[in-house]
Amino acid sequence: MKKSGAEILVECLKREGVKHIFGYPGGVVLNIFDTLYDEKDIKLILTRHEQGAVHAADGYARASGKVGVAIVTSGPGATNTVTGIANASMDSVPIVVFSGQVPTMLIGNDAFQEADIVGITRPCTKYNYLVKDINDLAKTVREAFYIASTGRPGPVLIDLPKDVTAGKTDFIWPQHIQIRSYNPTYEGNKWMIKQAAHEIARAKKPVIMAGGGVILSGASKELKELAEFMDIPVTMTLMGLGGFPGTHNLSLGMLGMHGTYYANMAVQNADLLIGIGVRFDDRVTGKTASFAPNAKIVHIDIDPTSIRKNVRVDVPVVGDVKLVLKEILKILKEEVGKEQWSAIRKSWLKQMEQWKKERPLTYRYDEKIIKPEFVIEKIYELTKGNAIICTEVGQNQMWAAQFYKYDKPRRFLSSGGLGTMGFGFPAAIGAQFACPNDLVIDIAGDGSIQMNIQELATAVINKLPVKVAILNNHYLGMVRQWQELFFRERYSHTYLDVVPDFVKVAEAYNAVGLRATKPEEVEPVLREALKVKDKPVFMDFVVDWREKVYPMVPAGASIDEMLFEEEKKEEKKVRAVK
Amino acid sequence: MRHTISVLVENKFGVLSRISGLFSGRGYNIESLSVGETIDPQISIMTIVTTGDDQIIEQITKQLNKLIDVIKVVDFMEVDHVEREMVLVKVAPKKEDKTEVLRLAEIFRGRIVDSGPKTFTIEITGDEKKIEAFVELMKGYGIKEFVRTGKVAMAREGVKKA
Ligand SMILES: Cc1ncc(C[n+]2csc(CCOP(=O)(O)OP(=O)(O)O)c2C)c(N)n1
Ligand SMILES: [Mg+2]
Repeated sequence: MKKSGAEILVECLKREGVKHIFGYPGGVVLNIFDTLYDEKDIKLILTRHEQGAVHAADGYARASGKVGVAIVTSGPGATNTVTGIANASMDSVPIVVFSGQVPTMLIGNDAFQEADIVGITRPCTKYNYLVKDINDLAKTVREAFYIASTGRPGPVLIDLPKDVTAGKTDFIWPQHIQIRSYNPTYEGNKWMIKQAAHEIARAKKPVIMAGGGVILSGASKELKELAEFMDIPVTMTLMGLGGFPGTHNLSLGMLGMHGTYYANMAVQNADLLIGIGVRFDDRVTGKTASFAPNAKIVHIDIDPTSIRKNVRVDVPVVGDVKLVLKEILKILKEEVGKEQWSAIRKSWLKQMEQWKKERPLTYRYDEKIIKPEFVIEKIYELTKGNAIICTEVGQNQMWAAQFYKYDKPRRFLSSGGLGTMGFGFPAAIGAQFACPNDLVIDIAGDGSIQMNIQELATAVINKLPVKVAILNNHYLGMVRQWQELFFRERYSHTYLDVVPDFVKVAEAYNAVGLRATKPEEVEPVLREALKVKDKPVFMDFVVDWREKVYPMVPAGASIDEMLFEEEKKEEKKVRAVK
Repeated sequence: MRHTISVLVENKFGVLSRISGLFSGRGYNIESLSVGETIDPQISIMTIVTTGDDQIIEQITKQLNKLIDVIKVVDFMEVDHVEREMVLVKVAPKKEDKTEVLRLAEIFRGRIVDSGPKTFTIEITGDEKKIEAFVELMKGYGIKEFVRTGKVAMAREGVKKA
């Protein structure tokens, strides 16, 4: 029996195990939407903007490890996905985006709602397709899921002309896929692995720097084993948070521009830096010429282009992080005794404790005005560290990275590479669909939340208990911070004169809106919010707008050239965070 | 350093733009690029001449390899190889220089592929040095038009540089 292109597409999605699709309809995808209308196994979630749909698919993928899916129409629908796709690309998130396209015979004619989305997204997808022949459809979908989810994951876009989804043909499911020009390297080179193990065995002052690759490869267990076996302190990039338990003795927290003092000091004083699933982004390295100046660098990553792109590397290992770590552990366990290492490592670990004591992560608590860090601390306390935390971008994001401890992978969903304001809320919606029994909280800024605030409707209609904690400072706070520090306090266009009444906005959408203006109101508001099980909640925390994110490495400086909060009047308590 | 890199790719639409987009997007330089089908019509070969220090060339070859449609990348800097390029030069020498131009073309094993009352069109094939040398000589006689194919390269059989 012949099937329509739309039916073939839906059949393929079912076979790929897709349960949720985030989408938005339009003229050229009517056939697909019509087919999905009767579909019991796949739920289509109508977002209120295509960017929201792609971020939701992205959040779904980050939280679950499965491929996230979005479907949009041609032209403006397709162009609205670009930010979402670029965002997923920078953070290596596996998603497949289907865009409708004008009929094949009209392509290139500037037809109504035509956009060359394959051309537009070429640099920000892992791969993309224009399906011109319905007989290629099943194979293309299969390939797309395969490419998106293997090797270094990433977004794939499939452009579907209207006549392809409307036409009919026999459905043939390709059992196997083989792409001769695409063969990711999973097993690391044996000799390099040996070198890496020997460097680790020889090092006196090693530090592990763990990135998003640890989470993508599911290597948290192996990483923990390595760190514990060899007594190596671990710092994480923003993308790596949760890859190693944040509450672990050996954890140094995040490094880089807003990293902890001890993480940055450890890297700058190490004799061996073991980069695992990282790409040495400039937010992490600061000035590369003086990054980890005394260290040999072992770099393990599945993407060969990550290696030696930004920093020199002494021992490169291309391969899947989990497999490579297993091999390294095997060698180390055969060749070195645990006791021997504990002794050698003692003074280095003592140095860590010293640095932690010297300059812990702190903020100045205030009784009259809510400090944003206090809100995060309270969220951590009340959720016992068990929530899935999404973030927007800016100060809110950095505080969420610093003051909440992530003990498990896929619990901190944040736009790392692209730094996309407006990511957190739709990503939280996606995460809530992926993990219906988990508590999902978006830590937001008053600026960022307005970039995809329309998704309140999506959350309300689907009865999602997503919580949004808005750290409302009436400013584009992170930019304001730079202006204060580096532009003589000239706050050019960062004051958000009109911030909507977020409580009323929530209520207008039939969601719950709560507000705290004093420190003592923070906990009651959070408790109230946590009680709500069938609706999204906006919590408007009116916070101290002067608060800045510290430590801070100014642009172009080495990561040990940190700025700290100036020590002021002693009546204000400095609160150390455990 | 100047490198000649050959890239075996799937012969699909959009592949050329993926390759050129990689170079422009990452700020790498393309000095010349030539593309053609191989014996297998499903595969094309591109020969790209680019410049960069070792780190950049390493990135270029890795980034090319990472593209889904790229089957194989060879940097000829690491391989003993032959390189050829063809140019067409239209010269308009003065009457008294005509024999000299013809003589030079012969020395360089060029061929006269067209001639008019005032011009000769000379075809020269060879490696870069030969072509540069010939073009330099012709400049003195008045080049009217000039076109080049871009380089192609092929590894020599069985010999590899260390
Ligand atoms: C889409 C987008 N536009 C602009 C920026 C630049 N930017 C980075 S942080 C920031 C301010 C964010 O303000 P807000 O959401 O209120 O967060 P805060 O820093 O105040 O916590 C801006 C404008 C960005 N990251 N993303
Ligand atoms: Mg703000």
